Amino acid sequence: MVELTIDGMRIRALEGATVLEAAQEMGIVIPTLCHHPGLSPYGACRVCIVEVGKGDRRSLEASCTLPVEHGQVILTNSEKVRKQRKLIVELLIASCPNSKTLQDMAANMGINRIRFRIRDRGCILCGLCVRYCKEQMKSGGIGFTCRGTSRMVATAFEVTPEECRNCGGCEWICPVCERACTAGNLIDGLCGGCQNLAPVETCPVCTGCSESVGPQGHKVY
Amino acid sequence: MKCDCAKVAAITSKYKGNRDSLVSILQDIQSEYRYLPEDALRGVARQLDIPMIQIYGIATFFKAFSLKPRGEHIVSICMGTACHVRGAPATLDEVKRRLGIEPGETTEDMRFTLETVNCVGACALGPIVVVDGKYHGGTGPAKVKKTLKKYTGRAIT
Repeated sequence: MVELTIDGMRIRALEGATVLEAAQEMGIVIPTLCHHPGLSPYGACRVCIVEVGKGDRRSLEASCTLPVEHGQVILTNSEKVRKQRKLIVELLIASCPNSKTLQDMAANMGINRIRFRIRDRGCILCGLCVRYCKEQMKSGGIGFTCRGTSRMVATAFEVTPEECRNCGGCEWICPVCERACTAGNLIDGLCGGCQNLAPVETCPVCTGCSESVGPQGHKVY
Repeated sequence: MKCDCAKVAAITSKYKGNRDSLVSILQDIQSEYRYLPEDALRGVARQLDIPMIQIYGIATFFKAFSLKPRGEHIVSICMGTACHVRGAPATLDEVKRRLGIEPGETTEDMRFTLETVNCVGACALGPIVVVDGKYHGGTGPAKVKKTLKKYTGRAIT
């Protein structure tokens, strides 16, 4: 067992666990995007960043890929973390404005303007679909192709691969396909619709929750 | 070009069907056919028992690999900073005019493929044109015709 401090709470976690897992076990919500409990940690979206202190040093790390260490002091919602997280979500929205998951996240964080040029690629390269296909379906029909700014998820030679079983898992797990934002005109890259229609409230049982409380109530994972 | 399956099998067996040698296998196929034919890649996927997309991802990731047939001679023009200020854009225009193709394309007779690179590390010799790995330093627009002639045997208009 490893002893560490998360948001002032001294907790014990299993060796080899990640900080995100340890925090979730304690009921601390860290917003995530590319993390899924059934898939391997990937650390692509950086939304789950936390402030890590060990000794005098402080740094920002993605909690989903950060293994717990003895004597770690973690802050999941400090001023610095909130500021950087906002920036990350802004960047993600700039490359993919039509995602409800992202728009909800922006509304929750109080982002009211995207400072970057919007280039809609319809994908944030979180790798969920690729990992789902490879790890859960044991298929490997889709993957990343090209590199740099032209990197994208695709099938080989743009034909349906023989490995594909049409399970639809890639679409189901995608934060853009599954929960597409249908707002017609985005103002400064933000729809603001959900923010206006369903104001963000704090759930009575927990504080500082990251999921928006919509008309259907709190979404429990 | 139709892919010869026996040839691909010979290349993969040279690496004992080792998945870690995928890049080396692709390099060998590339030097055999001058590009990566789809049939050959499917053959490699079958023989190494790995998903096609893994090979496709690598083939599209590295610029050294091409999925389109490439010409006999590869003409790379350095567009790095040093070559740029020494007049590489004018050289590129001249080569484009003479070969009648844009960067990334291949001439119809499959003799030349034109591409641009972003520094070949010999900035003092700029503007540089590299043909089949041979460096031709100081190739301004006026020297393009002479340089290309070495590889055609006949003058290109």
